[in-house]
Amino acid sequence: MALNTQPNLLRADDFYEALIDMHRGLDDAQSQSANAQLILLLANHIGDHAVLLEAMRCAREGALEG
Amino acid sequence: MSIDYQALSFEYRPCREQQTQRDTQPAQPAQQAQAAPYPVIVVGAGPVGLATAIDLAQQGVPVVLVDDDCSLSTGSRAICFSKRSLDIFDRLGCAQRMVDKGISWNVGKVFLKKDLVYTFNLQPEAGHHRPAFINLQQYYVEGFLLERAQELPNLEIRWKSKVVGVQQNGTPGAGDASVTLSVETPDGIYALRGRYVVAADGSRSPMRKMMGLDSKGVTFRDRFLIADVKMEADFPTERWFWFDPPFHPNQSVLLHRQPDNVWRIDFQLGWDADPVLEKTPGRVIPRVRALLGAEAKFELEWVSVYTFSCTRMERFRHGNVLFAGDAAHGVSPFGARGANSGVQDAENLAWKLAMVLGGGAPDALLDTYASEREFAADENIRNSTRSTDFITPKSPVSRVFRDAVLKLSRHHPFARQLANSGRLSVPAVLRDSPLNTADSDSFDGAMVPGAACVDAPVHMDGHPAWLLRQLGEQFTGVLFCDGRGVDQATRTALDALRAGPIPLKLVVVLDGDAPADARIGMRVVHDTEGLASTRYDAKPGTFYLIRPDQHVCARWRQLDADAVERAVARALCAQGGAATATASPNPNANANAVRAAH
Repeated sequence: MALNTQPNLLRADDFYEALIDMHRGLDDAQSQSANAQLILLLANHIGDHAVLLEAMRCAREGALEG
Repeated sequence: MSIDYQALSFEYRPCREQQTQRDTQPAQPAQQAQAAPYPVIVVGAGPVGLATAIDLAQQGVPVVLVDDDCSLSTGSRAICFSKRSLDIFDRLGCAQRMVDKGISWNVGKVFLKKDLVYTFNLQPEAGHHRPAFINLQQYYVEGFLLERAQELPNLEIRWKSKVVGVQQNGTPGAGDASVTLSVETPDGIYALRGRYVVAADGSRSPMRKMMGLDSKGVTFRDRFLIADVKMEADFPTERWFWFDPPFHPNQSVLLHRQPDNVWRIDFQLGWDADPVLEKTPGRVIPRVRALLGAEAKFELEWVSVYTFSCTRMERFRHGNVLFAGDAAHGVSPFGARGANSGVQDAENLAWKLAMVLGGGAPDALLDTYASEREFAADENIRNSTRSTDFITPKSPVSRVFRDAVLKLSRHHPFARQLANSGRLSVPAVLRDSPLNTADSDSFDGAMVPGAACVDAPVHMDGHPAWLLRQLGEQFTGVLFCDGRGVDQATRTALDALRAGPIPLKLVVVLDGDAPADARIGMRVVHDTEGLASTRYDAKPGTFYLIRPDQHVCARWRQLDADAVERAVARALCAQGGAATATASPNPNANANAVRAAH
């Protein structure tokens, strides 16, 4: 599997708090925009097409699960 | 003296089939087809039909071109003609007039609100004869093509000749197969028979409908106001695209300059716009004023509201009828992949028909027209669809991402490559074509088998010239040499290729100022700037085999005449490693014999 889903966050709880905090004071439309921009920024940073496709596949499956 | 091409009207004359019928059986309707079928009938005198007919006639194939009307196109149709189309028009003898009249451009700009977010240059390097694009109204392109067509004695154009019936005779692909068209004219209906018919009769293709066939795909839920506006304006000669500009909030606008001070402006209106109301001057003029300023002076030349689709026929070949241009496939205009891909269809088809009719290739070669151009159509549809989806996001979340890309583009270079206001037309690389011979030697660069040849500045007979003008129209061998010249073994191989069953045109590309060996007896060009050998990743001894349509067929690091002959045979779908048809030194001699002198 190209995508690494083993623990790789150096500061997991700090990251999680920052992610929620990124949305502080934003309305729903702004939050959607921020999320989309974050996805695009990180996708570009990763670059590898197979990794990105696999991540998207996992995300879609997760969304379709009950 | 300038001609108003939109106002031209051409004369209808009864054709010889109608004369014969009138003379011999005046009371009978025209049921008899003529004695021998024409080699090719082209249906539709638009850019694609005209290009096909000219290319066939240039290659020695007599053509009858029928059109249901007697005039050229009017209003705002295709305007952006790509470098590849210009290179094809060069070979057809019309490009210079088009470039002289047209507006050349290479640069495009993309704006978000008031800010420039992205600039692209479609031809950043020098050393190409033709620009990335010219803007020229379709009626000029047709007018210039028509004037060229009228110079060719074996090209007959029949105006006010509407095809109302199609019947295929015999087993498609067999030597005696033909197609009978029922053609309606002001003097009644007559039968016109051809070995092959090219259906280039546009997006609504009556030929397609008569044969019970479809062009299927996706329609984009959006409407666009297309306005041709006559005005003097200072905008530079660049393609400008705005997302959400202040003068047209939440929608897109595209601006192109055309000749005669005509500007083409596309305003995205949204699906809920009223297409009838939006064409009225009361609606259009304020939109144009908002873009140009309240004081601007302009006239509306043409206004229409369009909805766009990307569609294609499943197969472009049906028996002995071959579909080309919009009749075969349609795209949304962002990217200029409509007329341009049709012109590429024409050049792909013409040499193959010429070869088959001349006995140099079996009928199966025409199947590769369909497969190669279906592949290209898919690429054009994919690109046009992606652009249109970016311009007209199909869902709320798609819109979120689209807007996110644009916002990121302001500050971050990576996002600019995602901003898609149109991926402008480039020729498809026919990488999987069965006509290619795969590289057995190692090569870098873009000139892979299946690629359209790239141009380079050269010198010939002491004068500046262009490499691309030396290639194509027939199979061409290109040998790269340095100062050591051509040794005897190579010269013997070249002579064999020149005199082979399908004779090759030979071009020798000499390094820089290397002296030309006058005894070589083939076209010699000097690669004075070294760009030919760079672009073709050539070393001394490198040999390229180029198809009549200027696509790379095969290439080697050393000339091996047998390998070249096998590659030619492969490119002709010939059996057994050499062209087996009874090819004469003039491959088109048979085509002339099919249609007896009249």
